[in-house]
Amino acid sequence: MLKIEGLKARIEEKEILKGVNLEVKPGEVHAIMGPNGSGKSTLASVLAGKDTFEVTGGTVTFNGKDMLGMEPEERAHEGIFLAFQYPVEIPGVNTANFLKTALNEKREANGQDPLSAADFLKLMKEKMELVEMDKAFINRALNEGFSGGEKKRNEMLQMAVLEPTLGILDETDSGLDIDALKIVANAVNKMRNANRSFVVITHYQRLLDYIVPDVVHVLQGGKIVKSGGKELALELEEKGYDWLKKSSELTV
Amino acid sequence: MSDEQQLIEEVTGQEYKYGFVTDIEQETAPKGLSEDIICFISEKKKEPAFMLEWRLKAYRKWLTMEEPTWAKVNYKPVDYQSLHYYAAPKPKKELESLDEVDPELLKTFEKLGISLEEQKRLSGVKVAVDAVIDSVSVKTTFQEELKSKGIIFCSMSEAVQNHPELVEKYIGTVVPVGDNYFSALNSAVFSDGSFCYIPKGVRCPMELSTYFRINAANTGQFERTLVIADEGSYVSYLEGCTAPMRDENQLHAAVVELIAHEDAEIKYSTVQNWYPGDKDGKGGIYNFVTKRGICAGDRSKISWTQVETGSAITWKYPSCILKGNNSIGEFYSVAVTNNKQQADTGTKMIHVGENTRSRIVSKGISAGKSDNSYRGLVKIMKRAKNARNFSQCDSLLMGDRCGAHTFPYIESDNSTGRVEHEATTSKIDEDILFYCQQRGIPEEKAVEMIVNGYCKEVLNKLPMEFAVEAQKLLAISLEGSVG
Repeated sequence: MLKIEGLKARIEEKEILKGVNLEVKPGEVHAIMGPNGSGKSTLASVLAGKDTFEVTGGTVTFNGKDMLGMEPEERAHEGIFLAFQYPVEIPGVNTANFLKTALNEKREANGQDPLSAADFLKLMKEKMELVEMDKAFINRALNEGFSGGEKKRNEMLQMAVLEPTLGILDETDSGLDIDALKIVANAVNKMRNANRSFVVITHYQRLLDYIVPDVVHVLQGGKIVKSGGKELALELEEKGYDWLKKSSELTV
Repeated sequence: MSDEQQLIEEVTGQEYKYGFVTDIEQETAPKGLSEDIICFISEKKKEPAFMLEWRLKAYRKWLTMEEPTWAKVNYKPVDYQSLHYYAAPKPKKELESLDEVDPELLKTFEKLGISLEEQKRLSGVKVAVDAVIDSVSVKTTFQEELKSKGIIFCSMSEAVQNHPELVEKYIGTVVPVGDNYFSALNSAVFSDGSFCYIPKGVRCPMELSTYFRINAANTGQFERTLVIADEGSYVSYLEGCTAPMRDENQLHAAVVELIAHEDAEIKYSTVQNWYPGDKDGKGGIYNFVTKRGICAGDRSKISWTQVETGSAITWKYPSCILKGNNSIGEFYSVAVTNNKQQADTGTKMIHVGENTRSRIVSKGISAGKSDNSYRGLVKIMKRAKNARNFSQCDSLLMGDRCGAHTFPYIESDNSTGRVEHEATTSKIDEDILFYCQQRGIPEEKAVEMIVNGYCKEVLNKLPMEFAVEAQKLLAISLEGSVG
């Protein structure tokens, strides 16, 4: 489904991704862990198409299509969803209106008819239950005055409505209390299926207690230095990233 | 430069779409301003003596006044002696039907999308258009139907001739001759405009609308509008403008006066799209307008709604004097500035009577290198027991080279008054655009969605067909040629 080969990217003169290789198959959940500044969020932004980063090498294909040449919205139409670490506030546009516009843009791009207002509201209601979100939120301006936890839940709501084939969660767990964390994890778990994959970027092992990954990768210094099963996350938690730094220096 | 920045540049660097010039023969007064010129204008218009006297009084007052400098706008001084103060398409003969109207003129209307023919064919929605081109009304429609209800809706010139008693009674009562520099100038030289009188107890059966348009080079346009709603009547008045592209700045100093008697209601809506100048701000319209209404009678109501997208400089404060007890004043405004446009606009709510209420909703949008200021005064006079005001002033910035400023003034001489003021500032930046794109919404659509969402509260106040036009205008002003 997603295939990243030798991906290099920089911001201004600073190279951040130094040759990332990663393959995600349908239905898999991959966790990407790593210390601060290792390039985790950069990887998420580059996959979504943020142009503050310049891609200097490598390829990214998604369902066989070259993704690097696509606009961010085209990638979204192809089925990529990024849950932002810091979701923005959009004044004057309520959540329902925003999501309806987004969903209908995606449907149009994929040759489907736009959803009627009634059908859309039905869909919203169903998905809001999934993320345990109060009805009052849909009529408020998007994320305006939302708490950190409410914003993250809103990201999950959007993901549930847009039904991507690949969901990228960029440190969605940061700043969440345990209850909110469980709601987020629950939403992801309910959406897991044989055709939908996730890339979960996190600094801490905690989230992975709730979203159990198939593969764990460690990103360090702009490269994936170690991959393993879910037990790798526990090992990292126990020994810290320095342990890997030493071992990777040894192996490189 | 990133794509988003480039987008903002492209989107905000759009040139005016309605720039064109109509070639019509005209009769023009010599340049400059003097008592002779004023006599010339008055004579041309076959005005009664009181009108000439009034004009001359205004002119003499104007000579003693100085151009105001307190607004947050910058422009080269206007040379008032180098302007023409009268220009009119030469009347060929009395016009009986559209076939007799100058075809050039009809073409102009067509370019604007407001051809009279189209208006005539409009089924269901009746809109009476009193089209003003360069100061002389060419055609007034639906007049017969209005007449049957006793409603007078005609050009100011016609009103001066046919209803001098009404004009003499009301003109200058809301905006006195010496109110300000530009109103004094307007009073001296006003060329034409619209006049509207709704008799007691009559609900005007259609939206009244007038399209203003500056056409002749170097002709300052001085419109004068007077709307009177007698006891228990209701009227909704629409005003919309566009102007052709010009190299020299064109001065526009209009005066609008509204009078609402007991239990009467006036709704005055404007979509203003004067030529804003090119990307460097060259050649745009100077729009110095005095608009004021008085809620003269108890329980009367005046509501101003404006969507301002044009002009190089806008200096405009539609105001309400709430004299009658329990009277209501409202001001809903969207002001867009782009490129190098400057706008200093807002309102004044003067609470005089008891239990008077006012509501101000101002939405400023700044893009490019423009400057957008809200300036508002809420004044509660000694007699105004239990007066209430609510003000909401929001600013939206596109990019990081524009400015938004808010100057709210509050003066209260009565301790029972209550004044609330809320203000917000937000920005459409790269992060917001990227977020929208990631959700599948292209940049251009995202801008449109955000701007329309932001202005919704004001756009909702416009009559429906006008709201659609206003949305289009916002789109033209802020988006367009992306991709």
